[in-house]
Amino acid sequence: MNLDAKIPQGPLAQKWSNYKNNQKLVNPANKRKLDIIVVGTGLAGASAAASLGELGFNVKNFCIQDSPRRAHSIAAQGGINAAKNYPNDGDSVHRLFYDTIKGGDYRAREANVYRLAEVSNSIIDQCVAQGVPFAREYGGSLDNRSFGGAQVSRTFYAKGQTGQQLLLGAYQALMRQVNEGSVKLYTRTELVEIVLVDGKARGIITRDLVTGKTERHFGHAVVLATGGYGNTFFLSTNAMGSNVSAAIKAFQKGAAFANPCYAQIHPTCIPVHGEFQSKLTLMSESLRNDGRIWVPKKKEDAEAIRNGKKKGADLSEDERDYYLERRYPAFGNLVPRDVASRAAKERCDAGFGVGATGLAVYLDFQSSINRLGEDTIRERYGNLFQMYEKIVDDNPYKEPMMIYPAIHYTMGGVWVNYDLQTTVPGLFCLGEANFSDHGANRLGASALMQGLADGYFVLPYTIQNYLADEIATPRMTGNEKEFVEAEKTIAAKFEKLLAVKGQRSVDSFHKELGLVMWDFVGMARNKKGLEEAIEKIAAIKKEFWANVRVPGTNDGMNIELEKAARLVDFIDMGDLMARDALSREESCGGHFREEYQTEEGEALRQDDKFAYVSCWEYQGDDKAPVLHKEDLVFENVKLIQRNYK
Amino acid sequence: MEKNINLTLKVWRQADAKAKGKLETYQVDGISVDSSFLEMMDILNEQLINKGEEPVAFDHDCREGICGMCSLYINGRPHGPDDDVTTCQLHMRKFNDGDTVYIEPWRSAGFPVIKDLIVNRNAFDTIIASGGYVSVGTGGVPDANAMPIGKPDADEAMDAASCIGCGACVAACKNGSAMLFVSAKVSQLALLPQGKVEAASRAKNMVAKMDELGFGSCTNTGACEVECPKGVSIANIARLNRQFLSAKFKD
Ligand SMILES: Cc1cc2nc3c(=O)[nH]c(=O)nc-3n(C[C@H](O)[C@H](O)[C@H](O)COP(=O)(O)OP(=O)(O)OC[C@H]3O[C@@H](n4cnc5c(N)ncnc54)[C@H](O)[C@@H]3O)c2cc1C
Ligand code: SF4
Ligand code: FES
Repeated sequence: MNLDAKIPQGPLAQKWSNYKNNQKLVNPANKRKLDIIVVGTGLAGASAAASLGELGFNVKNFCIQDSPRRAHSIAAQGGINAAKNYPNDGDSVHRLFYDTIKGGDYRAREANVYRLAEVSNSIIDQCVAQGVPFAREYGGSLDNRSFGGAQVSRTFYAKGQTGQQLLLGAYQALMRQVNEGSVKLYTRTELVEIVLVDGKARGIITRDLVTGKTERHFGHAVVLATGGYGNTFFLSTNAMGSNVSAAIKAFQKGAAFANPCYAQIHPTCIPVHGEFQSKLTLMSESLRNDGRIWVPKKKEDAEAIRNGKKKGADLSEDERDYYLERRYPAFGNLVPRDVASRAAKERCDAGFGVGATGLAVYLDFQSSINRLGEDTIRERYGNLFQMYEKIVDDNPYKEPMMIYPAIHYTMGGVWVNYDLQTTVPGLFCLGEANFSDHGANRLGASALMQGLADGYFVLPYTIQNYLADEIATPRMTGNEKEFVEAEKTIAAKFEKLLAVKGQRSVDSFHKELGLVMWDFVGMARNKKGLEEAIEKIAAIKKEFWANVRVPGTNDGMNIELEKAARLVDFIDMGDLMARDALSREESCGGHFREEYQTEEGEALRQDDKFAYVSCWEYQGDDKAPVLHKEDLVFENVKLIQRNYK
Repeated sequence: MEKNINLTLKVWRQADAKAKGKLETYQVDGISVDSSFLEMMDILNEQLINKGEEPVAFDHDCREGICGMCSLYINGRPHGPDDDVTTCQLHMRKFNDGDTVYIEPWRSAGFPVIKDLIVNRNAFDTIIASGGYVSVGTGGVPDANAMPIGKPDADEAMDAASCIGCGACVAACKNGSAMLFVSAKVSQLALLPQGKVEAASRAKNMVAKMDELGFGSCTNTGACEVECPKGVSIANIARLNRQFLSAKFKD
């Protein structure tokens, strides 16, 4: 397994320029001869497909929704970071780089993160030129806010709908290329297999979700921008269709899977309220700028609240424990996500949780309302308060909101080198689907930045370095034996799922998997629990293949069949996450091993042993994957313990 | 506090685009009023699967009112009996024990049914492809703050841009017109200096494409605005008409 990250020479700040100065390019006449498959139309996929189409390549772009505009990126609320330093508050490319490396608990590659910070400014320019309606000041210039505990205001936003507006910008650029004929769009079309010819990615097999028919597509290169794997947990803030199948196919074809155990648990989500629940709703992190988090000081009060005998608002100031302010006086309610989430779990586990289930803490706006007035709070968060009220049927202007952590984002993903190329030549991976920039914990407003950096400003360069050597490769017809074989294997797999004809629905298995993940591979992990999880997941897999019931046929739209095929991959993903979490005997970022914590209960890294990227290599179904390591070298930052006290 | 209700559902079932559909009757019991409408549909489907029947196909993804994927016509209203929400944000507390609930797909010439409650909205993408963008490529653009934009214009552009492309406006319109959708995009871009350059041709091309795709014409009934889950205003249609006239004038 070749884990050479191919980091360019030179000082950190010059690496990307050096790369661009020395890379190979494809001339315009040859671009027309090259086909690129881009799977995914989220921020990463849409921006890549549009940019590659503009350059003159033939692009085929795929998504599972009915329109590229509906990719999960649409749901991002809070904002996107950039090192513009418009507010003149001391920001710089280096500071954004440093904050991101530190925020990731020193488990990301310096060179990649630096490049991300470097291109961040171009993203904002690009989006504004497209007509993205970012928030503005009265003077007409762009407004910034501070987000997720950053000490500078570097977050650009469009109301609470930043992801939507950025995605629509990329989508519109994409549709312009569709109109011009450089991009061909395939909606409601799912990648079900990746085709390798002589060790290189040369195409994909897709399934048309309306007709059930499979199709073979050739590409000189294949780009995956298929999003994260948070839905392994069943309940998450991800869209219902978000799935890990493309990444798992890549893994099974020989791409290393990096850091699968790094999942982010977001502290401010609406708590779980019942068994029928289908997904969790995020309440934007920006709420922590004005909301104070607390639980009752006394267990009796917590209990009375749980039984409906008392309400949060009934408790006086000195009956409340503002535990984040207490534990982290310097950052208070604005500590990073991993820290805030663990602190909430700690209080609830200790018996101080509120809500009917006891798995909730308060997010209280009363002091801000007293200080700023209800109107100001309404102007800042009105849409979020409305969303909360529609779901919970409670008025957050009067009663404190209830929140609890939920799975939100996955930092791990397909391993890529500096070119964003996986260990399979010709197979590239972008956006949340890759692992590259966020280490063990992602800071707020940096996923949108990474997706668009990859798609607009990195891949359009780096892919040419690969394609320059492919200009002599003729287009394949799809009738080559590799394509035919792959299509056959896939058809057999769908038939196998339909043939089980068992007793249990797909969702019932997915929920079962989700509970195992949450209990053992969630916010706090330990050796015994992880070993148990691996066994339990294997048992779920076995029972699934013996007892799943998928009604209908493969000759048309069959939503249960789609879900069943995706669940097969989620089960493998769950196994991979548990194995990785077991092997990483330290705590870092979102990965918290109970055995490795400080006396105060903070994450304790083991830099001497674990400053590496875990890269898992597939060995075959039902065989344990093998771990390889890419050592992380830090030349520009000093590893310190994150301290938010 | 937990309250459960029982419902009779009349659900549109249609095997595929060519099949003739009809309403089927189902009973669902013990639905928590705290569940969302789509969670109620999940429960129905679980029930159908456990009986060995095919579940009801419906579109959904984000389940938080932003992707525009969900699209049900509930008791004669697109997105059902609550204001300013999408179907996925509708909660069962809007219904009473014993209610009969009619659940149908969007009905419009522009949106043919694919299966059960799922319709084909590709026409919206085709309309955007005909001009719903600023013609700018990646790179080589000026600094983001080089061109100041007044807050009122920026805010108004944002309001128009909040359209989620769900198609409720079309489903609500007796003419099956897509004017609210088209006008939202035309307005957003016309309000911003970046988009002004192409404003007239954009309006003309998008309206022509809309007509070509079989959407009806707008007679200002205002039904679209009432059912739009994102509160997109029909003032945008007036703005579109102005852009459109100025394009005609130039021709
Ligand atoms: C509620 C929420 C709020 C967020 N808020 C923020 C924020 O404020 N700031 C921030 O920086 N980040 C935020 N994030 C994170 C961020 O939105 C995502 O990480 C990012 O948008 C992912 O983009 P992507 O392009 O990588 O993938 P996605 O947007 O998930 O797109 C995946 C694409 O792949 C396609 N696809 C998947 N599988 C297949 C397949 N097998 N075949 C064909 N197509 C396939 C899908 O159709 C889709 O088009 C938020 C996330 C959530 C859940
Ligand atoms: S204008 Fe409103 S109803 Fe029409 S597509 Fe947009 S959001 Fe939906
Ligand atoms: S499912 Fe996304 S808007 Fe309803």
